[in-house]
Amino acid sequence: MARAASTRSRIGWTALAWGIGFLMFFPILWTVLTSFKTEAEAIAAPPSFLFFDWTLENYGIVQERSDYMRYLWNSVIIAGGSTLLGIIVAVPAAWAMAFVPGRFTKDILMWMLSTKMLPAVGVLYPIYLICIQLGVLDNRAALIIILMLINLPIIVWMLYTYFKEIPGEILEAARMDGATLKSEILYVLTPMAIPGIASTVLLNFILAWNEAFWTLNLTSVDAAPLTAFIASYSSPEGLFFAKLSAASTMAIAPILILGWFSQKQLVRGLTFGAVK
Amino acid sequence: MGQIKLNQVTKSFGDVQVIPPLDLTIEEGEFAVFVGPSGCGKSTLLRLIAGLEDVTTGHIEIDGRDVTNVQPAQRGLAMVFQSYALYPHMSVRKNIAFPLRMAGMDEAEQKKRVERAASVLNLTDYLDRRPGQLSGGQRQRVAIGRAIVREPAAFLFDEPLSNLDAALRHGMRMEIGELHQSLATTMIYVTHDQVEAMTMADKIVVLRAGVIEQVGSPLELYRSPRNLFVAGFIGSPTMNLIEGAEAQKHGAATIGVRPEHIATGDPETSPWSGTVGLSEHLGSDTFLHVHDTGLTESITVRADGEVPLRHGDKVGLTPIADRIHKFDAQGLRIE
Repeated sequence: MARAASTRSRIGWTALAWGIGFLMFFPILWTVLTSFKTEAEAIAAPPSFLFFDWTLENYGIVQERSDYMRYLWNSVIIAGGSTLLGIIVAVPAAWAMAFVPGRFTKDILMWMLSTKMLPAVGVLYPIYLICIQLGVLDNRAALIIILMLINLPIIVWMLYTYFKEIPGEILEAARMDGATLKSEILYVLTPMAIPGIASTVLLNFILAWNEAFWTLNLTSVDAAPLTAFIASYSSPEGLFFAKLSAASTMAIAPILILGWFSQKQLVRGLTFGAVK
Repeated sequence: MGQIKLNQVTKSFGDVQVIPPLDLTIEEGEFAVFVGPSGCGKSTLLRLIAGLEDVTTGHIEIDGRDVTNVQPAQRGLAMVFQSYALYPHMSVRKNIAFPLRMAGMDEAEQKKRVERAASVLNLTDYLDRRPGQLSGGQRQRVAIGRAIVREPAAFLFDEPLSNLDAALRHGMRMEIGELHQSLATTMIYVTHDQVEAMTMADKIVVLRAGVIEQVGSPLELYRSPRNLFVAGFIGSPTMNLIEGAEAQKHGAATIGVRPEHIATGDPETSPWSGTVGLSEHLGSDTFLHVHDTGLTESITVRADGEVPLRHGDKVGLTPIADRIHKFDAQGLRIE
């Protein structure tokens, strides 16, 4: 009886989970499907789900009209650059906070997190003016630095949590075994922290890739990444749904593939600190 | 090689002094055990010797060399940690070889030493496994292996057996004891378990609140504890401590009698008598917990073999006269 009930409830929960999962995935699926329709079919009512004339013409037009590779390259440079720079800054910071905590370590961590609570638009004006003054509007380097600073609190927090899990006694053992600080970091700490560093890099890369507010506001042509590429196909009149969908599909495809292959690390990254 | 000397060493964390000025010498080749209840400063003292904590004041000498400000690795000591502290990403072979690799020893010599250590510790079949694939006892042996390959001036053990189950603990205790016999290197061993201290030590250092209560061989501590704390801490079951009129008869504030130094007999003719509250039959021994003696709440008696006394029986008790320990009002031993 109890077993029957638990089996039934398990089926129920599984169905619910799949249902919610499908609901969340549906917009992406719809976008991909729409990208293979003609413009007329894209706005047809009622819409057809799978049975329409599949076409690749939208992709051809989008590729003809704008240089996808340039946007892609900018996205890679900006997301990759800001992640790399962030890791370089965050590893020593998290290291110090985890292994040599001071009186204010906890406060600094909370303060860093609190900066994420400020709406980004609140500092748009000053940052925009600074960029004009320095002549770095539509500049990849400037965007790398800004995105790095935006995501830095998350990187430091994640790394801090991972480093905290490494038992101090192992580092002490290394010190007793004659390891210098350099060998301690190189041969003991880093190999043990690599899974943590990897998932931090991955999550941060995705965050930077998807970041739209700053990339849209601070770029126009030269430094414009894929977010700007999508935006350039959204017209206020709501036309050209199929082309917009094709552009969106092309923009999210690389990160979707990356995410698919690194699911395990991502889950660990997203639930960091949740399970000891 | 391996004499360790502490001169007026103190340690404070912030405003709290956990080790008041302390002097101690551990002789070359000695097996010294630091024992005391948790929080008595025994692990801190070991970490000061290791160099993992800095002393606040005072000096530490190893073989006559002042190492107070010397890095842990340069002190020539090896340490075995409670959690084993193995490198999880390295094989057993690499774990054991790590200190040799750090010392820049050539590969052939490394290999030779690792294999020798592995054969001493029965780890030869496990050299290519990761620590995660080993049992607790095997991990502990790897930790010991990592310590012995360095041929250190002294070994430091920080409660190395407390994560093992009782049977393994007994086995490892003997292995460590034998290792000490064969290497004849100084060892300092920290434990809260007085049985480990009694069975392994050449010299026991009893600590309480960072203060050395007594230093001596296991039997010295057993025969003549310097104060009430040591009397109560060393020996199992613990010594019976009796205050009041009975103690005054002996000219003391407190007298102590170990359970094994009380004979049972006829309740009418014995000096003490009471009712058995609980009798624990171990086969080789019987522990009697005797109530209503009018001396103290309960007197523990260790009787030989199979004593047919049970709950509710009347029993007479006779302490062996020259085995009664006397303590004054300050808790210090009266000779």
